[in-house]
Amino acid sequence: MGSRGGRRLRAAAWALAGFALLVALWELAKLVLPAGGVTLGGTRVLPRTDDAAMPHVWTVLARLGVPEVAGAAEPRSVAAAIASSALFTLGLALGGLVLGGIAGMLLAVLMQRFAVAEKAVLPYVIASQTVPLIAIAPLVAGWGGKIAIAGWAWQPWASVMVISSYLAFFPISVGMLRGLTSPRRADVEMFRSLAAGWWTTLLRLRLPASVPYLVPAVRLAAAAAVVGAIVAEISTGTRGGIGRLIIEYAQSATGDPSQMYAAILGAAVLGLVAAGAVGLLELGLRRYRGSVA
Amino acid sequence: MTGTGTAAVELQGVDKAFGSVRALAGVDLTIDAGEFVSLIGPSGCGKSTLLRVVADLEEPTAGSVAVAGTSARQARLDQRYGIAFQQAGLLDWRTVAENVELPLQVHGVGKAERRRRAAELLELVGLTEFAGSRPAELSGGMQQRVAIARALAPSPRLLLMDEPFGALDEMTRERMQAELLRIAGETGAAVLFVTHSIPEAVVLSDRVVVMSPRPGRITEIIAGRRPPVAADDLVPDSLDPEAVEDVRETGAFFEAVTAVREALRKGAATDGPAG
Repeated sequence: MGSRGGRRLRAAAWALAGFALLVALWELAKLVLPAGGVTLGGTRVLPRTDDAAMPHVWTVLARLGVPEVAGAAEPRSVAAAIASSALFTLGLALGGLVLGGIAGMLLAVLMQRFAVAEKAVLPYVIASQTVPLIAIAPLVAGWGGKIAIAGWAWQPWASVMVISSYLAFFPISVGMLRGLTSPRRADVEMFRSLAAGWWTTLLRLRLPASVPYLVPAVRLAAAAAVVGAIVAEISTGTRGGIGRLIIEYAQSATGDPSQMYAAILGAAVLGLVAAGAVGLLELGLRRYRGSVA
Repeated sequence: MTGTGTAAVELQGVDKAFGSVRALAGVDLTIDAGEFVSLIGPSGCGKSTLLRVVADLEEPTAGSVAVAGTSARQARLDQRYGIAFQQAGLLDWRTVAENVELPLQVHGVGKAERRRRAAELLELVGLTEFAGSRPAELSGGMQQRVAIARALAPSPRLLLMDEPFGALDEMTRERMQAELLRIAGETGAAVLFVTHSIPEAVVLSDRVVVMSPRPGRITEIIAGRRPPVAADDLVPDSLDPEAVEDVRETGAFFEAVTAVREALRKGAATDGPAG
């Protein structure tokens, strides 16, 4: 237990060191490179490094504590604005992850059960990810606007969740399918010799065997769900989330770039939190972890 | 349900073809209740296929298969046989005891009964203290013993074993052979045992069935040298490894080994280009 705790601590230390390195590189670029950037034969090959393009790290951090809108009736700090909108987006992304996870797993089980389904569905599963999200988002929002489920009128945030799940289901269905088909032939025959039906084989053999494939797939899906939620917020114009906040801050970026960088930082932390939530899932399933042969 | 009177396995004119390849041709074989029969032959002679036909993992192209007096399929559905492969095939996420319980769990046996039976079987194979361990923590020989315990869980009257000791080192292998003979004696189950090893076949079996390839068929059946277990000696450790060692050093053992070897050579000789 002690050594595992130590390993965790060391991992955290390395992650911090990585962040420090990034900050140092950023500041070094500002220090060494000319403010106007580097141009070669009339083409700029390195960006401007002045405070409008690359604000100092401490300026960005300091911006977090400043009220969002100077002189507002209810002053809210930038940090609070980012945190509340990041939480809103996190909720939608997790919802999308759950929706996409269920859809992805059901698809994988279907594809495992029926070889025909795999042939018929898998190409479209892959093709679905090559369609630009920007093209789909307005469609989903448009359909959603016309739907009312059991008296419950469709909300814009529901569109965001559905679009986020559209990105999340893909790695889960592909990873899960690989996991479901991972048991060795001898294991499958063992279950057959026990007169186990498809359902029992799924429950006792294929599902446990798929966990080592599923956990990394869910981690990918969690990151995809966050990206999906942010892009969906922007392209459907949904208010309240960090996607919208980034757009709002970007509009004033020429005058106040540090505010937008603060929002981007918030989005990055959001992704880390989502991935961390998957770590909890992994902890709960660790009994099944070592089963990849 | 004592099994006496009904043969454990009865094969008549069994053919099996994979496309144009004839894996088995006209196999007739009867295994009596409690009998230990080994299948031996070169690779591709269909001995594993024959075992898989008995297990209803393959369907014969022609001929009839009866297991414990019913069809192979019904025998599988009723868990009339236990099976063990070359790879122990234990589920890594289950403990040793949970692996042994698997066949009972699949057939809806209650938890308490499962526990009791698993404990009993682990005692039989000498792994009581490893009940809570994970398979990955066990040596290859111990894993194979767990696989045998699992095969025995539904108290089958027939054990099907496909080179179960093939992946073990020679010392472990000989110990496992003695162990298997003891278990077979104690449970009274018939055993159909596929192997590559002539001494293994001879020391374990009542009868050694020699097969030849292309198409796979039985060329000869030779009496093995299975050590007898005295009727009043049916207690654990009744058959200690030394009894098996003794058999290995008798003249009759070497004679049987020579007979099997010659039968294999003859089978190979008739396997000319004309087929």
